[in-house]
Amino acid sequence: MSDVLLKTENLRVVSAGKNPRTLVDDVSFTVKRGEVLGLIGESGAGKSTIGLAILGHCRQGMRIHSGSIVFNGQDLTALSDRRLRQIRGRHIAYVAQSAGAAFNPAITLGEQVIEAALKHKIYDRQQAQARAIELFEQLGLPQPQAFYQRYPHQVSGGQLQRAMIAMALCASPELLIFDEPTTALDVTTQLGVLKAIADVIRISGVAAIYISHDLAVVAQISDKIMVLQHGKTVEQAPAAQLLAQPQQEYTRRLLNAQGETKTPQTGEAPVALSLRNISARYQAQPVLQDISLNLPRGRTLAVIGESGSGKSTLGKVICGLLSPETGKMTLEQQTLPAGLRQRSRPQLRDVQLIHQIPDTALNPKERIGGQISRVLECFTSLNRPERQAKVSELLAQVGLHAELAERYPAALSGGQKQRVCIARALAAEPKLIVCDEPTSALDPLVAREVLALLRKIQHDTGIAYLFITHDLQVVREIADEVAVLKQGVIVRQGPVASALSEPLDDYTRELLHSVPEMRTGWLAEMFVSA
Amino acid sequence: MPALKPASILGLLVLILFVLIAIFAPWLAPHAPDQTLGMSWDLPGPNALLGTDNLGRDLLSRLIWGTRVSLGVTVLAALVAFSVGCTLGFIAGLRGGWLDQVISRCNDIVMAIPTLILALIVLAVLPKTLLTLTLVLGLLESTRVLRVARSLATDIGVMEFVYVARLRGESLGWILRRVILPNALQTLIAEFGLRFIFILLFLSALSFLGLGVQPPTADWGGLARDNKDGILFGVWAALIPGGAIAVLALAVNAVADWLMSGSTRIWGKKA
Repeated sequence: MSDVLLKTENLRVVSAGKNPRTLVDDVSFTVKRGEVLGLIGESGAGKSTIGLAILGHCRQGMRIHSGSIVFNGQDLTALSDRRLRQIRGRHIAYVAQSAGAAFNPAITLGEQVIEAALKHKIYDRQQAQARAIELFEQLGLPQPQAFYQRYPHQVSGGQLQRAMIAMALCASPELLIFDEPTTALDVTTQLGVLKAIADVIRISGVAAIYISHDLAVVAQISDKIMVLQHGKTVEQAPAAQLLAQPQQEYTRRLLNAQGETKTPQTGEAPVALSLRNISARYQAQPVLQDISLNLPRGRTLAVIGESGSGKSTLGKVICGLLSPETGKMTLEQQTLPAGLRQRSRPQLRDVQLIHQIPDTALNPKERIGGQISRVLECFTSLNRPERQAKVSELLAQVGLHAELAERYPAALSGGQKQRVCIARALAAEPKLIVCDEPTSALDPLVAREVLALLRKIQHDTGIAYLFITHDLQVVREIADEVAVLKQGVIVRQGPVASALSEPLDDYTRELLHSVPEMRTGWLAEMFVSA
Repeated sequence: MPALKPASILGLLVLILFVLIAIFAPWLAPHAPDQTLGMSWDLPGPNALLGTDNLGRDLLSRLIWGTRVSLGVTVLAALVAFSVGCTLGFIAGLRGGWLDQVISRCNDIVMAIPTLILALIVLAVLPKTLLTLTLVLGLLESTRVLRVARSLATDIGVMEFVYVARLRGESLGWILRRVILPNALQTLIAEFGLRFIFILLFLSALSFLGLGVQPPTADWGGLARDNKDGILFGVWAALIPGGAIAVLALAVNAVADWLMSGSTRIWGKKA
């Protein structure tokens, strides 16, 4: 038996139909036993398509055009569906991004974890159960015995993701494919799951392909990294070498995906938004407690915290989508009424919101121009031709061509859509924009451009931003001040320079240190020092 | 728009044919609908291509005029059903809370009563004009539309672009017309096809029972009733309007299928 487990040669995946588009173009790589290959690239680079092709599976509307995928001496592209099914789960297993969608809510986690092993008749029930519990332990899950009996809704997102890894490993496959397994998780949770992945790979000696858009994450897990762009291989090298001496311009850009750090503005400035003792709850669940903060004119206040800390709720309260229980808000010294209905038109105009996911923030059935123009119609007295001219001007301001006004959102890329959302917010000429994680759904390079755009707009117009994020890198790129939110309470607040440096409280330190650094061995060091 | 399949092309052609017959009935029908040509149930001949009905009137002419009545009442009733159902359903779905409870529970109460029995009672009391018939059919069917419209509005109402409109201070009416309706439209059009079939069958059933379209006005259900006794004597006149109902229902179904196949995802990657 040779050392090479998987050998993919000149793989080419095309879309079906009359004018096939090439989605994966002439990609070749090998994975040796016990080796971890990282696949990295932006969305649309073909990472997941390659991952699925190795399972002999193509998403609807795609097909493998040419090339070979030789696994253990068998060409998977030549196998029948029946033979493929015997290999899937048994020899090659897959860990998907959203664990929440991968589990059946009506069956206990343990039963789902051992299902593949029972189906392929690798273990009998008792052996499989013992194996599952052993895996839960290796993955650092608390009380493995009890965990086996839990249902998916009874555990956290990070635990669910670990359960999915256990499910993939239970049948002792030779190759594991991780498709962005930590992308949907918080930084602090991600750290734990990454550790668990690194541990099980080390203990079981399984070979793996790790797919991610985050180079820093891939660098922690992989022995070898392949960079993909538009379905083509950009370069392929051992992890340490790729980070130290990138050969291609594109890789270098990915490595520097952290943009320039903003020099935070400090000193006295007139206050734009001020919150005093705001508390809010969803029915019986208190979400925000006694929040007080000031946002000076023309500055950016970053609100950071884990998911569930109440960041987005704070944004909703400021926008008027959720009325706070107690407390007072003022904008430019004038009281801002709690509910949307009590706010006057100028007050509605003053506060604008940019959402996390631009796809759902734009009406898919209305042209871009119409959506921006409607804001002008609501808040200004411009007539139709004036509005049209203004729309072109706004699109130009966010770096888009005026032609896009005639298009529907579906014809735009994610980055373009987010720019349209920014243009729509700007159309109202607000005093404050609440940015709810506007870059976290975007590719790193696109996110950097959007952040640069937001900085430029603030510089030109003096709009204040309340910037909600979980990404500390983003904080450094955009914020002047920062407020750290933990379970609805502000635990730390102040200018970026002082708030995010020593002496730190435990929570802020954990947030800061959980951000993967762009070098190999960071993960190992984290847990040696801990 | 999804790709056309042979069945949907055929359905579309048949549907267009029926619509043309309904529009041009006065020119297409060889005789007036109530003109007596001969004896009851005459065999087909040069004067009456499909023979005569139970009162000696030309069956073909009555069928053509009946197309106009059946199709017209059904389309109007479906429009009533959709105007009422969509408006109330959208409001219930978007506003939620007590208003949703009131609208939805009232709707459930009406739906709990078998429609045929409810229609029979209402039509027995009210004057049996085409107008009341259309309204009764439309209102009864609007309960089904309301359910669909409400669930569409709840789905679309949680999308962020709806929040964006609310943040702008847009009125409920504007959001319903300009945001919810365009996003629900494709599903609603497909639903319109299905409701059309149910209303057509319902109308025909009422006419067959004598509470629908009143003689001497011809409609398909009424024609089937007038001629049903002929079956005992080996006259197949009653089967022809029955066949017309079936063919139209199938045609509309094929078209609705085609529209429905493209409406599984309202806001996917493809517009």
